Amino acid sequence: MKPRVVISYLILIILAAVSIYPALWIVMSSFKVGNSLYSESLIPNEVTLEHYRDLFLKTDYPLWFMNTLKIAILSSLFGTILVLLTSYAISRFRFTGRKVALSTLLVLQMFPGFMAMIAIYILLLQFNLLNNHWALILVYSSGAILGNVFIAKGYFDTIPRSLEEAARIDGASHWMVFTRIMVPLARPMLTYVSLMIFTGAFVDFIFAELILRTEEQRTLAVGLWRMVSQRQSTEFTLFAAGAVLIAVPITILFMFLQRYLVQGLTAGASKG
Amino acid sequence: MTLSILCMGLGQLYNRQKAKGILYLAIWAGLIYLTATYVVKSLRGLITLGETPTGMVKVGRLYQMVEGDHSIYLMIEGLIGLFVLLLFIGIYIMNVRDAYTNGLRMERGEPTVGIIGGLKSVENQSFPYFVLLLPAISISFLTVMPIVFNILLAFTNYAEPVLPPANLVDWVGFRNFSNLVTLSSWSKTFFGVLGWTVIWAILATITTYFGGMLVAVLIEQPAIRFKKFWRTVLIIPFAIPNLVSLLVMRNLFNGLGPVNLFLRNSLGLEGVPWLTDPAWAKITVILVNMWIGIPVSMILISGILTTIPRDLYEAAEVDGASPAQKFRHITLPMVLFSTAPILIMQFAGNINNFNVIYLLTNGDPVNPQYQYAGHTDLLVTWLYKLTLNHQQYNLSAVIGIIIFVIIASLSIYNFRRTRSFKEEDMII
Repeated sequence: MKPRVVISYLILIILAAVSIYPALWIVMSSFKVGNSLYSESLIPNEVTLEHYRDLFLKTDYPLWFMNTLKIAILSSLFGTILVLLTSYAISRFRFTGRKVALSTLLVLQMFPGFMAMIAIYILLLQFNLLNNHWALILVYSSGAILGNVFIAKGYFDTIPRSLEEAARIDGASHWMVFTRIMVPLARPMLTYVSLMIFTGAFVDFIFAELILRTEEQRTLAVGLWRMVSQRQSTEFTLFAAGAVLIAVPITILFMFLQRYLVQGLTAGASKG
Repeated sequence: MTLSILCMGLGQLYNRQKAKGILYLAIWAGLIYLTATYVVKSLRGLITLGETPTGMVKVGRLYQMVEGDHSIYLMIEGLIGLFVLLLFIGIYIMNVRDAYTNGLRMERGEPTVGIIGGLKSVENQSFPYFVLLLPAISISFLTVMPIVFNILLAFTNYAEPVLPPANLVDWVGFRNFSNLVTLSSWSKTFFGVLGWTVIWAILATITTYFGGMLVAVLIEQPAIRFKKFWRTVLIIPFAIPNLVSLLVMRNLFNGLGPVNLFLRNSLGLEGVPWLTDPAWAKITVILVNMWIGIPVSMILISGILTTIPRDLYEAAEVDGASPAQKFRHITLPMVLFSTAPILIMQFAGNINNFNVIYLLTNGDPVNPQYQYAGHTDLLVTWLYKLTLNHQQYNLSAVIGIIIFVIIASLSIYNFRRTRSFKEEDMII
C-alpha cells in the first residue's frame, strides 16, 4: 500500500474511535459498580444492572418517561395533521393569498424559535397556567408547521396532477381526493414528518424547562439535565443509565432515517 | 356598491338578495356592538397599558387594597381587539366586493349568487382556505401573536422591578435599544456577547464544514475499502440525540473526567480546565460542536462528491495533476458551489445554536464584568437567562429582535443568491 493510503486509514481509525468513544463510555459507565465519575479503565471489572433498577424504583424516571411519551405522541399526531393540511393546500392549489401565506411562513421561520416560546412563557406565567403538558403539546405541534412544511410541500409537488384530475372528472369532491388519494400517497412523507416531530418533542429541553415546574410534570430531557447539573458527582452512573435508555431508541430511529434527513436538509436549503 | 360601503348588507338588499343582505346586516350590527364595547376599550388599554395602579386607597377610615389595572392583561386584550378589528375589516372588504360583483351581474341581467351558491363555491374555490383554517388559527395564536407580543415588550419598561400587578408598565419607545448600546453596564455585555456569537458562528461553521469535507474526501478515495462501514461508524455522533451527547460531553470534559485522566495517566501531561477557564471553555465548545456537526457535513458532501463527473479527474490526471491540485481545482470549487446556500444557513443556525452552549457550559464560566452572562454565552442563551432567571423581559425582547434582523438579512441574501445562481445555470 502507498503511504498515503496508510495514513488515510490511520486517520479514519482515529476518527472512528473519537466518534464512538463517548457513546461507549456512557454505556460502560451505566453498567459500572459504584456511583462515581471516576474509573480506571473503560471496561468495568464488575458488571451490574443495579443502576437501571434504581432508575425505575428510586427516581421519578418512569413518570418522566410516561409524561414524555404522552407529550411526544400527541404533538406528533397534531403536528402531522397540521403539516399535512398546510403543505397540501400550498402545494396543490393556486388560491389568492398563496404567495402571502408562503412568504409569511418564510419570515416566521427566521424568528428565533423560542422568541414565541418565551412570549408564551410570559403569558402563561401571568395567567398562572404554567406546569401544564398541553402548553407543550400545542406549541410543539404548531411549531412543527414551520419546521416541516417546505419538505412536505416538496413531496406533494412531486405527485403528478393527472391523478387528482382524473378523480375530479369521475366526480370526486376535493375532500375525497384529499383523503382517498393524496393522504395514502403521502404516507412515506407523513411517517418521516411524524417521526421528526416525535423525536423533537421527545428530547426538547428549552421549552419544557421553561414551562414545567414540578418534579411530577417533568419530561425526560429536563429530568436528565437536572441530574447532571445538580447531582453529577454523586449519582453519575444513574445519569448514565438514564441517558442510555433515551439515546438507544432515538439513535436507532435516526440511523434508519438518515437518508431522508439529508434530503430534508438539502430541500430546505434550496427553498431559502 | 356605495350603499354597502356605508353599511354592510344594504348593497345586497339593493341587489334584491334578501337573505344575504340580512345576514350581512346582522354581522355588521354585531361587529359594531363588539367594536363599541370591547375593541375600543381593549385598544385603549393597549395604548395606555393601564391607568390605576394597585395600591392602598383610603376608604372611609380604613386603607383597603384595591386592584388596579394589570398592564400585561391589557396588552393581550388589546392584541385580541386588534385581531378582531382586522377580521372586521376583512369581512367588510368581502361584503363590498360581493355587492360590487353581484351588482355588475344584475346590470348584465345574469343571476346573482346567493348564500347557497356561495357555499357551493366553497367546495370549489375556497377548499384551500377551508383546509388552511386550522393551521392558520394555530399559527396566529401560538406563533404570530406571541411574536407580536414579544416585539411590543421591547418598547416597554416591563422588567424587574417593574412587574405587574404591583406596578404599571409603560411604553418607553426606543429607550431599551439605546440603553443596550449606550449604558455602559449593558453595552459591555451586549457587545461582548455579540462579538463572541459572531466568532463562534464563523468558527463553528468553518470547522464543521471543512472537517466534514476532509472526512468525506478521505472516505471517497478510490483506494479506501469498506466505505459503507466507515460512513456508518462516523455518522454515530449525529444519530445520538444532542441532548444526551452534550450532557455526556459535559461529564467527559469534567475536571476529573476521563479526558483529563487520559492526559495525566497516559501522556503524563497536566489536566486542562476544559470547562472552567474562559479561553479553554471556548475551545471546548468548538471541539464538541465539531464532533456533533462534522457527520452532517460529511454525508452532505459525500453525496455531492459522487456527482462530480469522473472524466474531470481523468483529464486532470492526463495533464499530470497531483492529488492536492485535483482537490484544490476540481473538488473544492464543485463542492463549495453546490453547498454555498447550506453553508450560509448553517452559519445562521449556529448563531441560534442554543443547545451546544446551554447544555455544555450553561454559558459559564461567569464573567464578572457582564450583566447576567458568562464567557461562552451566545445572544440566544443570554436572552433565555434574562427571561427565565432575571425577568428582564424588555431587554430580552430587544435581543430577540436583533437576532431576527441578523438571521433575516442572511436568509434573504441567501435566497436571492441561490435564485440568481439557478438562473445562471452554472452546474454542468
